[in-house]
Amino acid sequence: MKNVTINPITRLEGHGKIEIFLNNEGNVENAYFQVPELRGFEKFCEGRPVEEMPDITSRICGVCPEAHHMAATKALDAVFHIDPPSPAKKLRELLYSAFYVADHTTHFYILAGPDFVMGPNAPKAERNILGLINKVGLDVGASVIKHRSAALDVVGMIGGRRIHPTCGVPGGVSKPISEEERARIEEIAKSEIEFAKFTLKLFDDIVLSNKDYLNLIKSDIYATETYYMGLVDEQDRVNFYDGKVRVVDPEGNEFAKYGAADYQQHLSEHVEPWTYLKYPYLKQVGWKGLVGGKGSGVYRATPLSRMNVAEGMATPLAHVEYKRMYDTLGHKPIHSTLATHWARLIELLYAAERMHELSRDPEITSQNVRTIPTATPDEGVGIVEAPRGTLTHHYQTDEKGIVKKVNLIVGTTNNHAAISMSIKQAAQGLIKRGEISDGLLNMVEMAFRAYDPCYGCATHTLPGQMPLDLNIYNNERVLLRRLTRH
Amino acid sequence: MANPKAAFYWASSCGGCEIAVLELGTNLLDISKKVDIVFWPVALDFKYSDVESMPEKSIDVCFFNGAIQTSENEHMAKLLREKSKILVAFGACAYGGGIPALANTTSREQILMRVYKETPTTDNPNGILPQTKVEVAEGVLTIPEFYNTVRTLGQTVDVDYYVPGCPPVAEQVWSVMKDIVGGNLPPKGSVIGASEKSLCDECKRIKGDRKIKKIVRTHQVIPDTENCLLDQGIICMGPATRGGCGAECLKSNMPCRGCYGPVPGVLDQGAKMLSALSSNFDADNEEDARRIADGVVDPIGTFYRYSLARSLLRRAKA
Repeated sequence: MKNVTINPITRLEGHGKIEIFLNNEGNVENAYFQVPELRGFEKFCEGRPVEEMPDITSRICGVCPEAHHMAATKALDAVFHIDPPSPAKKLRELLYSAFYVADHTTHFYILAGPDFVMGPNAPKAERNILGLINKVGLDVGASVIKHRSAALDVVGMIGGRRIHPTCGVPGGVSKPISEEERARIEEIAKSEIEFAKFTLKLFDDIVLSNKDYLNLIKSDIYATETYYMGLVDEQDRVNFYDGKVRVVDPEGNEFAKYGAADYQQHLSEHVEPWTYLKYPYLKQVGWKGLVGGKGSGVYRATPLSRMNVAEGMATPLAHVEYKRMYDTLGHKPIHSTLATHWARLIELLYAAERMHELSRDPEITSQNVRTIPTATPDEGVGIVEAPRGTLTHHYQTDEKGIVKKVNLIVGTTNNHAAISMSIKQAAQGLIKRGEISDGLLNMVEMAFRAYDPCYGCATHTLPGQMPLDLNIYNNERVLLRRLTRH
Repeated sequence: MANPKAAFYWASSCGGCEIAVLELGTNLLDISKKVDIVFWPVALDFKYSDVESMPEKSIDVCFFNGAIQTSENEHMAKLLREKSKILVAFGACAYGGGIPALANTTSREQILMRVYKETPTTDNPNGILPQTKVEVAEGVLTIPEFYNTVRTLGQTVDVDYYVPGCPPVAEQVWSVMKDIVGGNLPPKGSVIGASEKSLCDECKRIKGDRKIKKIVRTHQVIPDTENCLLDQGIICMGPATRGGCGAECLKSNMPCRGCYGPVPGVLDQGAKMLSALSSNFDADNEEDARRIADGVVDPIGTFYRYSLARSLLRRAKA
């Protein structure tokens, strides 16, 4: 049996590895995607004062620390049975919206955008952020840096720090914002809305108006039918900060809807001995292996998943874009993995609009941003939508608020099974009778990058391509051929 | 003259140090003109094999972030040491162990047990644990070994400089880059990109008599924004922690948690904090002192949060 190794695929927080095994006919027998990283937060947080969890768990991921900080802080509200004052909730959501703007900007322009803007078949040297800037203009590059940085300014203003915020406390946030800060945030938000509109227009001009690209988005090789998951508000619209988790089946029918406290009734995690990452799945459907369809508990939690589970967006401009996406692609739910890029840009616009709404909220500069808890701490679950998927933090404490047990189901982990399936699908489509197409590298990485995979949870390759090594061995495991992408 | 060659690497950490480098923004573009980056897996497309084939000491400076928690982390630390003239432990994890080193309060077995067998959502009827080598139907699959004890970079290989912070703040990163590229190098073993004083020295809060009658936890009180948090009974790591971060947490009305590591001249940040704190207890007798000390509910996780691996304690007994 031939063995194909792709290692490292990218910085999967310690380098992911793909092993592809061919059968005697030279077709793909199986493909394994391995994550070689573990740190042990679920154990070493035991014994810590629970109010310290937003500080400690933000170090799960330095790329999306805001998501862990916020899930932890919401879990603290639940542990201490405290409902924060309304201005505090709004400040948290404002910080969180600004974070989404920065994160989605990074993903589109620096990671995924080059595939589309430069084209999947462009020379490799051009398929990166610099090539993108050359094509769309230096001023666009400057604008990307400016808008990413300004969004992080807002994170810093509310959160205290631009990386690893420190503001989250049970019952609210550590400090209010001043009128001066509010005015600055409003200015930034206005500019971010224009930037998001510009980005969607760019996507329109370069991707959607190109039939080849549109066909690529619609092609079967990138389509996987799974369940979808995401947070929705009371009117079933997309929400990042709060609401209920809604799950739809591959036909788009509501399968489950639950509040944070009930997550254990809906999620289980499967273990394999050859990877450190577990595979979450829908408990009520069951684990049937790495397969899609209605009979398999595999689900996805991505920007596209959030739209598939929702009835629309809560802000006007984003809602128009939402409808346009479903009108263009013609059905709901959308199963095409590549449409995730489009959904991400609609979320960028929503996040910017939501920033603007909140910056103009009369309560946002209120001094009433904290309520001191008085109840005895015991147990609580906090859920937010991380950019890469529904994020769940669950803590149990003793009566003094010392952590006894922790459970975490982290953004990208939700998509672990689906990512593995997408890799196998791409391999099967491109390896036939021992012939290994050079295009395999492109296809695997494009399928992959749509998820914005972030293991542990942090993977971000800057240029437009992932480092890929593909080794082909014969039956005796002698190296026959090596494809390397530089 | 050829540009100096630089490498960046990310071991057991969260990636925040890499984002801290990105925070240089346009300065990073400036640096990239003066430096050839030869290895940066998060950002550029170079392989392990590229590094392996480089001559010894052919990289001028390597910025290594993250602690050493797996066999892969250790392998890369040794490889990059061999290939680099200057090896910089970049950030709290590489310097002191950081948050990952809290794993040293427990053990490999306990972590595996909790993660793969005990958590309420885990479905693992056969009690499977990840193995470094597994035979599957089609062949053999391998993953790195997960270590029982998290180590710092300096405990694994010889380190030239240390940059503290979780993550290092952008201005400090910029000054470090400029100094190294400009050949403005301090003595080997120095902590760079930070102040030579304690955080208290750069904190603007008004310091009182620091007579602590009772320890207060952060969720129990809304602190006054003008006065020292220790004066208000909140444990703040300022006295034991090196300055240089700008005291951002304090400005946000939250205490320092010590991410910049021990003050100059001190090896054990926790011991330093313990002595600073206990000397501030407003106690006339042992009983009072004990009562106040009981308010410190998690000494290891509080005093050693970012520096346990490098401390005298290093880890809990097995």
